[in-house]
Amino acid sequence: MRSPEHVELVRTDPDLPPVAIIDRRPMTTGKKLTFAAIGIVAAVAWALVAFVRGEDVNGAYFVVAAVGTYIVAYRFYARLIEYKVVRPRDDRATPAEEHENGRDFAPTDRRVLFGHHFAAIAGAGPLVGPVLAAQMGYLPGTLWIIIGAVLAGCVQDYLVLWLSTRRRGRSLGQMIRDEMGSIGGAAGLIGVFVIMIIILAVLALVVVNALAESPWGVFSVGMTIPIALFMGVYLRFLRPGRVSEVSVIGVVLLVLAIVAGGWVADTTWGAEMFTLEPVTVAWLIVGYGFLASVLPVWLLLAPRDYLSTFMKVGTIVLLAVGVLIAQPAVQAPAVSSFAIEGNGPAFAGALFPFLFITIACGALSGFHALISSGTSPKLVEKESQLRLIGYGGMLTESFVAIMALVTAISIDQHLYFTMNAPATLTGGEPGTAADYVNGLGLAGPPATGAEIQGAADAVGEESIISRTGGAPTLAFGMSQILGSFLGGASLQAFWYHFAIMFEALFILTTVDAGTRVARFMLSDTLGNLGGPLRRFRDPSWRVGAWICSVVVCGLWGAILLMGVTDPLGGINTLFPLFGIANQLLAAMALALVTVVVVKKGYLKWAWIPAVPLVWDLAVTMTASYQKIFSPEPTLGYWAQHNAFREARAAGETSFGTATDTTAMDAVIRNTFLQGTLSIVFAVLVLTVALVALWVCVKAIRAGGLPTTEEPDTKSAMFAPSGLVSTDTEREVAAQWTAYYDENPDKLRAGTHA
Amino acid sequence: MSSLPGPVPVPVADGGGVLAVVRRGWRAVAWYVTGVLGESDYARYVAHLRRVHPDAEVPTVREYWRERHAAQDANPGARCC
Repeated sequence: MRSPEHVELVRTDPDLPPVAIIDRRPMTTGKKLTFAAIGIVAAVAWALVAFVRGEDVNGAYFVVAAVGTYIVAYRFYARLIEYKVVRPRDDRATPAEEHENGRDFAPTDRRVLFGHHFAAIAGAGPLVGPVLAAQMGYLPGTLWIIIGAVLAGCVQDYLVLWLSTRRRGRSLGQMIRDEMGSIGGAAGLIGVFVIMIIILAVLALVVVNALAESPWGVFSVGMTIPIALFMGVYLRFLRPGRVSEVSVIGVVLLVLAIVAGGWVADTTWGAEMFTLEPVTVAWLIVGYGFLASVLPVWLLLAPRDYLSTFMKVGTIVLLAVGVLIAQPAVQAPAVSSFAIEGNGPAFAGALFPFLFITIACGALSGFHALISSGTSPKLVEKESQLRLIGYGGMLTESFVAIMALVTAISIDQHLYFTMNAPATLTGGEPGTAADYVNGLGLAGPPATGAEIQGAADAVGEESIISRTGGAPTLAFGMSQILGSFLGGASLQAFWYHFAIMFEALFILTTVDAGTRVARFMLSDTLGNLGGPLRRFRDPSWRVGAWICSVVVCGLWGAILLMGVTDPLGGINTLFPLFGIANQLLAAMALALVTVVVVKKGYLKWAWIPAVPLVWDLAVTMTASYQKIFSPEPTLGYWAQHNAFREARAAGETSFGTATDTTAMDAVIRNTFLQGTLSIVFAVLVLTVALVALWVCVKAIRAGGLPTTEEPDTKSAMFAPSGLVSTDTEREVAAQWTAYYDENPDKLRAGTHA
Repeated sequence: MSSLPGPVPVPVADGGGVLAVVRRGWRAVAWYVTGVLGESDYARYVAHLRRVHPDAEVPTVREYWRERHAAQDANPGARCC
C-alpha cells in the first residue's frame, strides 16, 4: 500500500505489516466545516443557557451546549494533550500485549474497553452532586460540570491512565510512592483509605435517606439481594458463563420487584413490616456491607455488578432520551441568592468553594484515578486509544451529571427545597414545610401543604418532606420527565421507585466493592507491619478477613449512624466532607501527573495538569479552611462545636436545632469528628502537594529526572485509535488479516511467550 | 480472529436485505454486550491458550469461572462513587 502524504506507517519488523500509523493529514474542508457548525450550534446553545431567563429556558439547550462542547474539546483540547504530553507510541507494546495472559492482561477492543471503563467510573456520585448543587441555580452548576470536565476531570483521568499504562498497570498509591518518595507515598496511602471510608459512609447515608419510611423502596431494594443470590447460584451451578442471559433475567426480576413493591406497600402488613426508621435502615446496610465483604464474590458481588452495569447504561440512556423528548422547562433561577450568601439549606457555604466541592464526581473525581490506574491499562491495545478511553469516558460521565442537573432544575422550586432542607427547618409536616419554603422568597406561586402532600401521593410515598441526599429529588424529577411521555401520571410512582432502585443499586455496589477493597488495604497494611500481624497478608485466612471487615464496616458504619442521627441534618454536614475527600484525591492524582510531566522535561506543557491542580488545591484548601476556621456555626465545624459546648457548659438543655441534652451531646461529638477529619484531610493533601513541588523543583534544576516508566517493548499487533477507523487504519487492518490468512502459524503469540 | 477484534462479519447468505441487516445488528449488539459484561472472556482465554500454550489443558467454562471468581475474591477491584 502506498501511504498518502503526511501518513507514516511504522513497522517494528520488516516481515510484519505496519503496527502503527502516524497520521498528520490536515483536516479536510468538510471536517472543518462540520466542526465549525458544531461549534456555532454549541455557542448558540450556551448563549441561550446564559442569557435567556424565566420559563423560556428549555432543558434541551443544556444537552446541546454540553454535547457540542464535548465534541470540540475532544477533537481539539484532548488532541493537544495527546500531541504535547502523552505522545503515544503505537510501536510500543502496551501491558496488555506485552504481558498477555488471557485473563487480567488481555488486549481488548477499544469500544468494549470504553464500555468497561465507563461502567467502572460511573456511579451515584455524578447523579447526587449536581442535584444538591442545583440550590445555587442552574448556571454555576452547568458551567462547572462542562468546563470542569473538559479542563480538569478528563485531563486527570486521561493522564493517570497514561501513567499507569506505561507502568504495567500499577495502582495510584504505588505510582505516588515510586515517583514522589515514601513520605508522599505514605500520605497517599492513608489518604486513600480515609477517603474510602468517608465515601462509603456518605453514599450509604444517601441510601438511608431514600429508603427510610418508604415501604415500597425498602421492599424493592431489599429484593435485589435475593435476586443477586439467585443469579449467583444460577451462574455457578446451573449455567456457568451465561452472563448476559442471567443479567436479562435479573433485570426482569428487578422490574417485577419494583411493581411488587407498590402492591406490598399498599397492604397493611407490608406497610407495617417495611416502614423502617432511618437508624434501622442504617444498621441493615452496615450488616449488608459486612456480609458482602466476607461472602464469596460469585454469590453476591459479581451478580450485583452485572445488574448494576445493565441498569446503569439503560437508565442513563432512558434519562437522556427523556430530557430530549420531554424538554422540561427550567424552574430554577440562573443564580440563586444561596450561591452568593452561602446560607443554602441543602448545604452551607458560598459558591466558591462549595459548588466545586459538591458537584465533585461530574466534573473532577479523584476516585477515577483509582479506577484509571489498575484495570483499564492492562486491557488497552494501543497508547493512542487512551484518549478515547480516558478523556472520552469522563466526558460521558460529565454528560450524565448534566442530565442529573437538568432533572433537578426542572422540579418546582418549592418542592425542591421541601425535599432538600433538613427536617429541623421544614418541621416535617406539609403545613410547616409550606410555610418554610414560602418564606424563602422563591419564584413562582407559593406552595400549599396540600400540594406538597399531593406530590408525595403521586409518587407513592408517605411524605417527600426533607428527603435529603439528592437521590429522592433526582427520582422525583425523573418520574416527572419520564412520566410525561411514558405512562403519564399513572406510571409516575413506578418511575420514582425505578429511579430510587437504580440509585440504591449503584450505591450498594460501590459499598460492597468498596468495603472489600478497604478491607484488603487494611489487611495489607497490617501484614506489612510484620511480627505476628504478618498473617494478615494471607487473603485466605478467614479470621483475618472477618476482623478487617468488622473494622472497616465499623468505621464507615459509625460515620453513617452519626449522619443518620445528626440533629443538624446529616447530609448538609457530611456531604461537604465527602466532596472535600474526593477533590483531595484528585489533587493527589494531579500532583503525581504534574511531577511526571516535569520530570520528563515537558515543562512547557506542565500547565495542562498544573492548572487543574492549582485550582483544585485552591478549592479544597479554601473549603477546608472555612470548615475548620469559619466563625459561622453553620459553616465551621469547630465554631458549631464550641457554640454547643458553651451552651452545654452554661447548663442549657436545648440549643439551636437540638431539643434536648442528648442531641446537644451528639452535635458536640459529631462536629468534633468532622472537624478532626477536615484537619487530617488538609494535612494529607498539603503533604502530597509540598512533596510534589519539591520533586518538581529538583527536576527543573536537573533539567529533567528519570521516571519509573517501563522500558520499551516492540509491538507486534495493530489496532485503530478512535471510535471509528480511518481509511488508512482499515487498509492496515486488512493487511493484518491477509497476513494471518497466509501465515496462520504466526498468529500473535504474545511477546512474553 | 482475536488479533483483530471486532464484530464477526456475517456472510450474506440470504442475499442481503432487511433480514441480513437485522442479523448483523443483532450480532454486533451481542458482541458488544458480551464483551462489556465479560461473557466473552472465556472464549478469549481459550483462544489465548490454544495460541500460546497449545499443550496446556483447556479449562471448562465452569472451571474458568470458578478460578476467575476465586481470583476476584483474592484481589477485588473498586467501583466508583
